[in-house]
Amino acid sequence: MAKILGGITTSHIPAVGHAVKNELHEDPYWKPFFDGYTKIHKWIGENKPDVVINIYNDHGLGFFLDQMPTFAIGAAHEYRNEDEGWGLPSLDPFPGHPELSWHIIESMVADEFDITSCQELAVDHGFVVPMQLFWPGAPHNPDMPRAIPISANTVQHPIPTLKRALDFGKALRKGIESFPEDLKVVVLGTGGLSHQLEGERAGFINKDFDKYCLDNIVHNPEVLTKITRHELVEKAGAQGTEFLMWMMMRGALGDDVTQITRNYHIPISNTASGTLLIECAQ
Amino acid sequence: MDQPGFDHHTHIPGTTLFDGKQAMKGYALNKMCYAFNKQEHREAFAADEEGFMEQYGLNEDHKQAIRDRDVLAMIAAGGNIYYLAKLTGIFKLSVQDVGGMQTGMTTEEFKQHLLDQA
Repeated sequence: MAKILGGITTSHIPAVGHAVKNELHEDPYWKPFFDGYTKIHKWIGENKPDVVINIYNDHGLGFFLDQMPTFAIGAAHEYRNEDEGWGLPSLDPFPGHPELSWHIIESMVADEFDITSCQELAVDHGFVVPMQLFWPGAPHNPDMPRAIPISANTVQHPIPTLKRALDFGKALRKGIESFPEDLKVVVLGTGGLSHQLEGERAGFINKDFDKYCLDNIVHNPEVLTKITRHELVEKAGAQGTEFLMWMMMRGALGDDVTQITRNYHIPISNTASGTLLIECAQ
Repeated sequence: MDQPGFDHHTHIPGTTLFDGKQAMKGYALNKMCYAFNKQEHREAFAADEEGFMEQYGLNEDHKQAIRDRDVLAMIAAGGNIYYLAKLTGIFKLSVQDVGGMQTGMTTEEFKQHLLDQA
């Protein structure tokens, strides 16, 4: 049967792609950020997951406002990275695992989660930057797992509640663990932490709130479901709502977990960046 | 468009929630910005801004905000920052430039404002 090894979270700021490309790992601005990934690389090297489920939010590449799914799951043989409007070079396609995708979709819809399935899904920086961070050279890293993207709407309100996000992860766990093949799966939650790009409040960052979320998500995620969506916008910033993806990831890990590493740094671009690696007991 | 019983437009200073009301107001503007994912559309816009805006059915508020390079006015007209980011890319503005423009700071002041929150 498939099993979940653990979950990893990271911010997915576009500027990181630029820093990776230009090898700025030792640059004084970037070093405190990249140093947060050392233990994650070691863990991935030791555990070598077969599949990565990458929970991110599309930023206007894969979806437009004409049809905006609240929860979408990729069900394709591969996922293309495309130009997001800035003319940056695209990465090569990421191989998928459609059998597991459809199994998860079947399981989750049976579990009363209404999923949008995607046989084509262009993936943007929200998906690609974490892959580059965790598997340097992605998708051509020799340890690159096959990938399944899951996108949640944080572009347009109403966005899902934090409780729904955590519950989504719990249903996702059931879908993964009932897959009959022996696969090692890692789940990513990408985006966040606090930031706001627009309005007179642009540049808003909230260290206290981020720390509260980081302190609770590992062993006490249920308390975070009490945060209303309005409160999330107020305290995490308009784009800090990406914390929803962390909650979706967390729901998939179950109760018996250990934090392996945590990093937090202000600022990267306009964002408070956060990284967590949480291992599931086997 | 009114949304009886769902007023998302208050409470958080300096923040416009992008909800159904804003999404309908800014649809044409955001749709044009979504088209900028493709290089040929970016070039067509650069060659003829007015013609391109007309083609996508932008209203006068959208158009004037773009003519003025006024990001706050784009937001007020229903623009969504993720789509507008593709437009500001055409104008060669970084997210810190855009942050400064919206907050009345220079780009350097805005960067310092970010650092000060560490």
